[in-house]
Amino acid sequence: MTARASKSVGASKPAGAGGAREQVARLLALVPYLYARPEGVTLEQAASDLQVPGAQLVADLKVLFMCGLPGGYPDDLIDVDLDALEAAEGDGVLRVSNADYLARPLRLTATEASALIVALRALRGGASAETAEVVDRALAKLEITAAEAAPIDPGETDAELAALRTMLEDAVREGHQVELTYWVPSRDEESLRVVDPIALLSSGGFDYLDAYCHEAEAPRTFRLDRIHHARIRESAIQPDEATAQRRTPARSGEQLLALSPEEATAVTLEIGPGARWVPDYYPVEAVRENGPERWEVDLLVADPQWLTRLVLRLAPDARVLRPTWLADRVRTESAATLAGYDAIPGPGRP
Amino acid sequence: MSLAPVGAKSERLLNLLIMLLVQRHYVPKEKIRSILYPDMGDEAFEKMFERDKEELRSLGVPIEVGSLDPLFEEPGYRIRRDQFALPEVQLEPDESAVVSLAAKVWEHARLAGATAEALRKLKASGQELDESALQIAQAHLMAEEPSFDALWEATCERAQVRFGYRRAGGESTVRNVQPWGVVRYSGRWYLVGWDLDRSEERVFRLSRVQGAVRRIGKPGAYRIPDGVEVREVAKRLAGPRTQTEVTVLARSGSGYGLRRGATSVEPGQAGPDGTADWDLITLTRTGNPVSELLGYGADVVVLEPAEVRSELRQRLTASLEGTP
Repeated sequence: MTARASKSVGASKPAGAGGAREQVARLLALVPYLYARPEGVTLEQAASDLQVPGAQLVADLKVLFMCGLPGGYPDDLIDVDLDALEAAEGDGVLRVSNADYLARPLRLTATEASALIVALRALRGGASAETAEVVDRALAKLEITAAEAAPIDPGETDAELAALRTMLEDAVREGHQVELTYWVPSRDEESLRVVDPIALLSSGGFDYLDAYCHEAEAPRTFRLDRIHHARIRESAIQPDEATAQRRTPARSGEQLLALSPEEATAVTLEIGPGARWVPDYYPVEAVRENGPERWEVDLLVADPQWLTRLVLRLAPDARVLRPTWLADRVRTESAATLAGYDAIPGPGRP
Repeated sequence: MSLAPVGAKSERLLNLLIMLLVQRHYVPKEKIRSILYPDMGDEAFEKMFERDKEELRSLGVPIEVGSLDPLFEEPGYRIRRDQFALPEVQLEPDESAVVSLAAKVWEHARLAGATAEALRKLKASGQELDESALQIAQAHLMAEEPSFDALWEATCERAQVRFGYRRAGGESTVRNVQPWGVVRYSGRWYLVGWDLDRSEERVFRLSRVQGAVRRIGKPGAYRIPDGVEVREVAKRLAGPRTQTEVTVLARSGSGYGLRRGATSVEPGQAGPDGTADWDLITLTRTGNPVSELLGYGADVVVLEPAEVRSELRQRLTASLEGTP
């Protein structure tokens, strides 16, 4: 490779992001990218298409300049027109030749192929019949690029929810207010609210809208599957201090949904095996073993009504140990529910 | 000329790749050494050559080992052109639009990166990807379970795994599994596979996998039996889903979760409190609806089916008797 060393371009260029392995990966895409566009591509266009900074592309090309067939003669090396990029009179167009053997990109790895295919299947789940047909055609063509498509199935996407999410994303991006009908399960009521949307979040398998709620006059999160109707209003969001504060830090869903101790009641539950999933799905403070198949769970609860209904759902595998007023409340609700059954006879029991 | 280590290494990796790609036959190790690793001691060469091959393989470059002559002990290496290159893909404009949208589906760093790399390769093959042509609801996929990456990759590569798994009952056991597939079902990710200790097909909820997932054995170590549909196995083993039609009385202004998607709602019914302020709601549920219905407390009374009614009463009675 000594033939090139006489030029001022050495190989002593930094490999840049990620090291040698990543640089080789970029070059294995860059060469075929340029071969597929013989009319020539500007540095800016290539940087944007390949999502690689222009300066990095130039550094990568300088490595390519030192590579080629193993003969070691000038003709064996890959030709890179660096003058076009670096000289004052250069036209800024990328040109690579004498690298026919790299004219095709590398096959997709199993992970790349599966990630792409599964993403497309997820898109299909939320698509109209017409679009689903397009996705199917694309999938059929891409499945041949994977030596063996791994059996990974993203499940069904709720088309209604996907459409709602897209609409709310538009509202966030364009800064429009949203009017929504929201169901609050703990109180079992539906209410109409006007909100200033801030961001969409995902946590624990659900999507949430983070927004400033004008009804509550406070920031609130809304679970998308509990929004019954939503409509984008013409009105722009009203940025106030609270909204501005919430807008700055990028917060994860977990942080957002956690409660602060000031606004919550500390509750201790005793649970049996049928309720063992509770600590997995709700943020809890502590879990202690309390005998065979018995656990004590400490959690912070914002809404006593929510906890009452949770314990009822789990009956008889959960009971409130502390505080006693909440234990009494659960007992009263349970007794009232049973009384309803005594008052209304069921089938076969006139 | 002094070489910066990383630039020089990229150059060496690429030259190694080209050398193995352009030869039709295996290239003897000694020849590779004399051209790309001159002036190196035996041990240093072995170590560096091993590492270089591994780095190329980790990019997906299929390096084969063989020899020109069965009597000749020294191994040779080659890269077959047909296994190296991406097959030709020609996407129509509408197809390329949906493919470019795939870039935004994963909300998961590792798989978002893998999708971006796949799209870069498609662009490199001459495919133009332009999403602007299409109106489609954007889907999002998450995977928050820490075990997801390791199990996904083991599934793609068919590598056996070992992990701790906590059952619904609470205790944790060590499992040895041949992964067959990863499935999202009812909003959760599951691993479907063959449990080597129990010699049975099993389904594991990823959120119950404890600690690190370890590989046991090499990639490509087993075959997925013919005719296995991972989604069907997951459905079958994660719990049968039967449809139940339920009729309830709900206090007016309550039971919104039941009203959503209900078959029918008839207002003005007589309820347990003697008023006519109740609605008769008919709905369908998959799986056992008792827990959900219990959650409405005294606002809802189940009329049918009788089994749901009696199970619900039993659970409430047991709860009031005080043993959890």
